[in-house]
Amino acid sequence: MSVDQKAPRPSRRAMLAGAGLFTLGFHIPFKATAATLDGAPQAPEVNAWVVVKPDETVVIRIARSEMGQGTLTGLAQLVAEELGCDWARVTTEYPSPGQNLARKRVWGDYSTGGSRGVRDSHEYVRKGGAAARMMLVAAAAKGWGVPEAECRVERGVITHGPSGRSTTFGAVSAEAAKIAPPQDVALKDPKDWTIAGKPLKRLDTLPKLDGSQVYGLDLKLPGLLNAAIRDCPVTGGTVKSFDAAAVSAMPGVKRVIPVGDSAVAVVADTFWRAKTALDALAIVWDEGPNAAVSSETIAATLREGLDADQAFVGNKAGDVAGALKGAAKVVEAVYGVPFQNHATMEPMNATALWTPERCEVWTPTQNGEAALAATADAAGLPATSCEVYKIHLGGGFGRRGATHDWVRQAVLIAKEMPGTPVKLIWTREEDMTHGRYHPVTQCRMRAALDADGTLTGLHMRISGQSILAAIAPQRMVEGRDPVTFQGLNPGGPEAAIGYTIPNLLIDHAMRNPHILPGFWRGVNLNPNAIYLECFMDELAHATGQDPLAFRLKLMDKHPKHRAVLQAVAERIGWDSKPPEGVFRGICQTMGFGSYVAGAAEVSVSDQGEVKIHRIVAATDPGHAVNPQQIDAQVAGSFVYGLSAALYGACTVKDGRIEQTNFDSYPVMKMDAMPAVEAILMPSGGFWGGVGEPTIAVAAPAVLNAVFAATGKRVRHLPLRDTDLRRA
Amino acid sequence: MARLTVNGVVREVDAEPDTPLLWVIREQIGLTGTKYGCGIAQCGACTVHIDGAAVRSCSMPLSAVEPGQKIVTIEGLAPGAAHPVQQAWAELDVPQCGFCQPGMIMASAALLAQTPHPSEEQIRQEITNICRCGTYNRVLAGIKLAAERGQSG
Repeated sequence: MSVDQKAPRPSRRAMLAGAGLFTLGFHIPFKATAATLDGAPQAPEVNAWVVVKPDETVVIRIARSEMGQGTLTGLAQLVAEELGCDWARVTTEYPSPGQNLARKRVWGDYSTGGSRGVRDSHEYVRKGGAAARMMLVAAAAKGWGVPEAECRVERGVITHGPSGRSTTFGAVSAEAAKIAPPQDVALKDPKDWTIAGKPLKRLDTLPKLDGSQVYGLDLKLPGLLNAAIRDCPVTGGTVKSFDAAAVSAMPGVKRVIPVGDSAVAVVADTFWRAKTALDALAIVWDEGPNAAVSSETIAATLREGLDADQAFVGNKAGDVAGALKGAAKVVEAVYGVPFQNHATMEPMNATALWTPERCEVWTPTQNGEAALAATADAAGLPATSCEVYKIHLGGGFGRRGATHDWVRQAVLIAKEMPGTPVKLIWTREEDMTHGRYHPVTQCRMRAALDADGTLTGLHMRISGQSILAAIAPQRMVEGRDPVTFQGLNPGGPEAAIGYTIPNLLIDHAMRNPHILPGFWRGVNLNPNAIYLECFMDELAHATGQDPLAFRLKLMDKHPKHRAVLQAVAERIGWDSKPPEGVFRGICQTMGFGSYVAGAAEVSVSDQGEVKIHRIVAATDPGHAVNPQQIDAQVAGSFVYGLSAALYGACTVKDGRIEQTNFDSYPVMKMDAMPAVEAILMPSGGFWGGVGEPTIAVAAPAVLNAVFAATGKRVRHLPLRDTDLRRA
Repeated sequence: MARLTVNGVVREVDAEPDTPLLWVIREQIGLTGTKYGCGIAQCGACTVHIDGAAVRSCSMPLSAVEPGQKIVTIEGLAPGAAHPVQQAWAELDVPQCGFCQPGMIMASAALLAQTPHPSEEQIRQEITNICRCGTYNRVLAGIKLAAERGQSG
């Protein structure tokens, strides 16, 4: 098993010639003759998803991007399961976005975000594997002159039962490529899976152990030059002037190039020389009106939204105003979360080669098709004259999926140097200050409780930034951003609230600061779970009830939410006394199609230092494709979620982000990493994601435990801004 | 021209003396397994060994490398990625995106060379590399596994 490590640049002609017969609903205009994504000896593709080489190597095509989340292995498992090949002979490759365009999107959607890699494509990739198996069997049966039904497949070997004759996938794949694709393709019952659903090792580990894995940062091309860039520190500002002559004679410098109206790049023989010259370059900015904005002015705008008359409704039931009026007790609290940077370990980068006829880009991207569109737009060429080669990502977390601002920059630079490939690398400082940040919001929670302490009404007013308004306005619904209400929806398979509250209003006063937002791993499920689940904890304490029991009373009609919550309660030992000095918190939510719950054990020293001893997290994703990778995703999600909850905040001063590197934007390291026990409880019948949902339960589980330990309610993140020292 | 010994090979490099060793290794020598993550010695993605000790190469200028010092990068840690740390990493499927892992592996290998049987607390204090995917618990298990193997071997 391996992932092909050859230079990720297939011959375009070979790829076009590799167009397949098999469509599964996608129209394919031409026939298969050969497929050589890697330049190896040619073997015809059986269909778009499967190539079997004469040496029995099985190449499975993966449309979604691997960024550490394991989707490459998981998707290959699904194809291999239906194909019936020998897993030990499986390799993978990315078909390029240009090929997908040329073949009428035969590989479907390339977008890799929203924990959708597996859950949105499981059916058609499995059908791709099953159809390829049927074609291979048909080719063997035809060769023997026997009925296909008398043949069986096991680990890449086709056997004719009655005669005992056998052959291999590799021996018949050329003939199989000529077989008409089947119309009816049946899929296995997941309970019969032998490859999918199993905790198999990742396919992409070995090159990550010896330095041979090529990331975008590592790409080498003949004649390659390197670029460093500085964009205006204030979003919306522009370049007034710069003194190129002062740095043009510095070692290695080739060009100083304005990029759009807001940035300047230096191109040199090496990146270090480009960066050194850029650091020496005097740039005068016109910072524009946003230069007056600060975290304080943004917070004031959001506070105003908490009481604003106009708000978009996300969930409504009964009469909240009436419930609050008639309540025995009203509890109110205001919460807030700051901007967060994705801080992928590999900074943004792209390599571009532009000529008047054609533009090629090599980049780590979560959405090859969107990268191709950005390339064509910046290049001034039709998409059919462009190509994007996807490189493994050094982290994505949503930053590399939606906007491709760094790709546009790279193409604009390359356009100034026709015929010369240029690699643009952002410094960490550029990356920290030009992110697409987790949106800033505040939230007022207002609850009505009856004399028995039962929750009769809840008004949840979110005030703050919309992601869609900034980067995907076409997805807005009558001015409303539905993504704002993740985890709070009245129902549906994606992100439904897990409580029945008779009088409910969840609404959003949209307030959009100039700092650009983006999809940040977990997206709006993260703040929404903090707001709702910490407040549920407040309500339990305010009425003298157990936080678990208080929730369960509201969950009769939400059995899947309830099941994960009960699972973590049982595992953490909610009914038993925790160790001396240790305190517990618990929470649940639903997002990205999966039901999740978390429980934490923490202690807080007299000096206010929080130590997280233990995390328990339960996930019901419906179906589980690779349990050991889900385990890794869940553990990792707590690092991401707790980094933000404990330490992370991007603050604004003079219109710009203040944090520039990991010294001012600290993240969790191993010294603070708790043990994570992941409970995987797939209940079947639906497909949920696993890359993101448990991030959302990280913060509320810990914050509720911190309250149990200290009596202090942390309502504004990060936690490090709250003084937890014992009075 | 400066002279460096990298993975047992003597290299002549043409770079300004203040160029960080990281970029000399990546751009002059062409070994890209050593990563750029922060440039200020915070994240450890650039970790290499100099005479066996873990060093964050992004913050070490070329001029600070002394003649005769032996530099080892992830590519030269062990033939066939057979170092106990690399083997443990493979067994436990430690990497996710993998970008931080060369530095993580080099830091771990240096720790075990110095302290063959570190306590968990020592590991947590000594390995300060940043991983944003969140592989820390498998890194911890990997170091323990490699240490056990070292003992039995």
